[in-house]
Amino acid sequence: MYRLGIDVGGTNTDAVIMQGRNVLSGVKASTTEDVTSGVREAMEAAISKADIDRSKITTVMIGTTHFTNAVIERRHVNPVAAIRLGLPATACLPPMVDWPDDLREAVGGHGYLVRGGYEFDGRELAALDLEEIDRIADDINAKRIGAVAITSVFGPINAQMEEEARKRLLTKCPDIPVVLSSEIGRIGLLERESAAVMNASLLQLSARTVEAFADALKSAGLHCPFFITQNDGTLMGAETVKRFPVLTFASGPTNSMRGAAFLTGVRDGIVVDIGGTTTDIGSLQHGFPRQAATVVDIGGVRTNFRMPDVFSIGLGGGSLVRQSGDQVTVGPQSVGYRITREARVFGGDTLTTTDIAVARGEAEVGDRARVADLDPALLEAARAEMTSMLERAIERTRLSPDPVPVIAVGGGSILMPEQIGDLKVMRPENFAVANAVGAAIAQISGEVDRIFSLEKGLTREICLKQAEDEAREKAIRSGAVAETIETIEREDVPLAYLPGNATRIHVKVVGEMGGHDA
Amino acid sequence: MLDRQDGRWRLDEAMVDALEIGSGILGTGGGGNPYIGKLRVRQALRDGHVMEIIPLESVPDEARIVAMGGIGAPLVSHERIKEGREGLRCVRALEERLGIKVDAIACEEIGGQNSMEPLIAAAMAGLPVVDCDGMGRAFPEMQMTTYAIYGHRSTPSVMCDPHGNVVIFDHAISELWHERMARACVVSQGGASTLASAPMSGEFIKRYAIPHSYSKAISLGNAVLDARREHRDPVEAICESENGEVVFRGKIVDLKRHLAGGFVRGEAIIQGFDTYDGDQASIHIQNEFLIFSRNGEIEVIVPDLIVVLDADSGEAISTEMLRYGQRVAVLALPCHPLLRSPEALDVVGPKGFGFGDIAFKPMDTNDKKGAA
Repeated sequence: MYRLGIDVGGTNTDAVIMQGRNVLSGVKASTTEDVTSGVREAMEAAISKADIDRSKITTVMIGTTHFTNAVIERRHVNPVAAIRLGLPATACLPPMVDWPDDLREAVGGHGYLVRGGYEFDGRELAALDLEEIDRIADDINAKRIGAVAITSVFGPINAQMEEEARKRLLTKCPDIPVVLSSEIGRIGLLERESAAVMNASLLQLSARTVEAFADALKSAGLHCPFFITQNDGTLMGAETVKRFPVLTFASGPTNSMRGAAFLTGVRDGIVVDIGGTTTDIGSLQHGFPRQAATVVDIGGVRTNFRMPDVFSIGLGGGSLVRQSGDQVTVGPQSVGYRITREARVFGGDTLTTTDIAVARGEAEVGDRARVADLDPALLEAARAEMTSMLERAIERTRLSPDPVPVIAVGGGSILMPEQIGDLKVMRPENFAVANAVGAAIAQISGEVDRIFSLEKGLTREICLKQAEDEAREKAIRSGAVAETIETIEREDVPLAYLPGNATRIHVKVVGEMGGHDA
Repeated sequence: MLDRQDGRWRLDEAMVDALEIGSGILGTGGGGNPYIGKLRVRQALRDGHVMEIIPLESVPDEARIVAMGGIGAPLVSHERIKEGREGLRCVRALEERLGIKVDAIACEEIGGQNSMEPLIAAAMAGLPVVDCDGMGRAFPEMQMTTYAIYGHRSTPSVMCDPHGNVVIFDHAISELWHERMARACVVSQGGASTLASAPMSGEFIKRYAIPHSYSKAISLGNAVLDARREHRDPVEAICESENGEVVFRGKIVDLKRHLAGGFVRGEAIIQGFDTYDGDQASIHIQNEFLIFSRNGEIEVIVPDLIVVLDADSGEAISTEMLRYGQRVAVLALPCHPLLRSPEALDVVGPKGFGFGDIAFKPMDTNDKKGAA
């Protein structure tokens, strides 16, 4: 019984074969434009290197930063009509008001405010203005906007108006994909709306990407189920990812941090994962990624997902190095997976951070002769800028003056110096494929989120216990090992103005997938 | 009337960022998310509005000052964001009702979102904001301001909602009645409205307002930002800035919440770690953090400030952001002396929150920096 873990980053696609706690093989390949051939290549190499019978692979787990990179780089994000149902309230802060200007422009900046929405007690804030929805539909058609995100004030307590608005919109825009905020997030209008808009802007990319994964597995003769890792390090099915790509936003960092902890045995430290396009920095506490207490910033936008507290910067092995006058800038644009064609050391003519590292003798890839002509002053300035970017980000993540270890993982970690400030840098064996290892050890979750009625002798404690039992059962049914299950979320929120002392209970448990220690 | 230029200052975007952090900390778990308010202030600044703060001492005795703030549930204002001109409508309706011109706006509550509302309304009305407030923190009810405690009658007052409804409370026989009627009205208006109360004289607020609230909240925010920049512990920076003390560090192991009379009441149970390993603490909540106990012994009591922060980043955590498993640091900060008089403690001491059997005892500040 084997597990195949795959990590699809902006630059590299990595694959590992694991049996129990052992990494049998780990390989890196380049991410390709079509995704499929890169996945295919990495996984074939991993299977042949481990020398195993592929029919004994029971599960494939895939982690990807594809969607996060798209937002950070402002690439492959499609224009979205952001429709908010809430007037006359909310007029002072239109959709995407707290987004960075360039991202708002990348999704088209199409914000629409419509009368509608609910009050906190379920009353209508205003009747839904269906004629305005019709006018917006005309505008969407005229501007050829490809996706819609609908956010109603208090949508999470009543999704009906969002659904009505979608139905009306589809009469004039029959095939347009529509994301409802109530499917994505919790109370907190701007954060939920932003998540819905980003999700809508990524739908085309997610459909293409999931198809590509399925094709790759099928063509390799793997017929076992495949899962994709989500923000909290647990797994979800492929169809869910197609519709909700934002749920993978933090899966890359979660996987690399869990992978780094697994590979080094370090329980408290800082993990720096340098990919081709970005660097993610987060803290390990007791072997788990530290969760963000409040809101999480993705590409400069606040969201209210529960995610590890990770800080991303636009620095990777493929980041562009540019000089104008005395100024040397690094990133955030990157050649990404095209590094093996476009970087100078690989015969291209784009200057990247990898070229700088090779020219300075810090890394040995490609052809060093091709960067021999670079101006030493430029090399010096670029190196200084890269180090200072890393230092600033690590310092930001660092929680105390204690000299905790810094674990460098990811393919771009050749950019990392041996020492950063007063902190020592560790590079575990298989450091380059930590993400894929993290994916392969991803956990199974079980979740219950519904309204319980505290009546007929049912107490809060009995209901919480009941919800926890149900969540455990769900996790076990999905393949979790009972002894490893622990509760990671346990919340009860009393609901006002509902009969029967109603309380909303949310419980989430996670456990190891069966077969890990087989 | 207010024509003195000295001591006035203008708010800029960097100050608003610091104010967001400072007022979040002074919110002691309540008062609403200042982030939304910050965005509104920023939007107003970018639209060209000018926000001027005047020192409390510079206010002429005969000036007419109107205090205002949001009223309702913080959770509602995260979700049903304001229309934007509620505060301005309040000021204009009050002026019309009384046949006067208002000279400046004051803040009811520096803690949380209510720090921002007066700035927005004042900027739109072309008025300055006085550097003071009525709480020095956040409290759940309107009669809990030093204005009300020391004798200001807040009616006639005006309440406005996003729909355009304008309600005038012409006369309330007591501050408690005003609070009760306003509370009933805010529920019917959807749970988050803006309220401006009857003008106070300059002479009155100079005696009874909590001074320097804006400058203090901004410097508290700057202390946190500086600590982060210099990699010092922001939790310690807050204690230094406010003469406070870390009383506990631990992980939240249970949260009980229930609604009672429109307020979320509850209790958070925290299991200690680090030097607090083996100890268990609890915090009683009624919109704000009210009473802190360690192993069953009460240690910090309202109106002294109980602040809950993310144990590592030092970010303030509000009562509704509390989650199972969160790692937190609990801080106690001494309140302003105006809140510790017998007449103030009747309203904002434990008795005012239904803890009749608990007597207020000022927190032990160890006299590290002399008297609080």
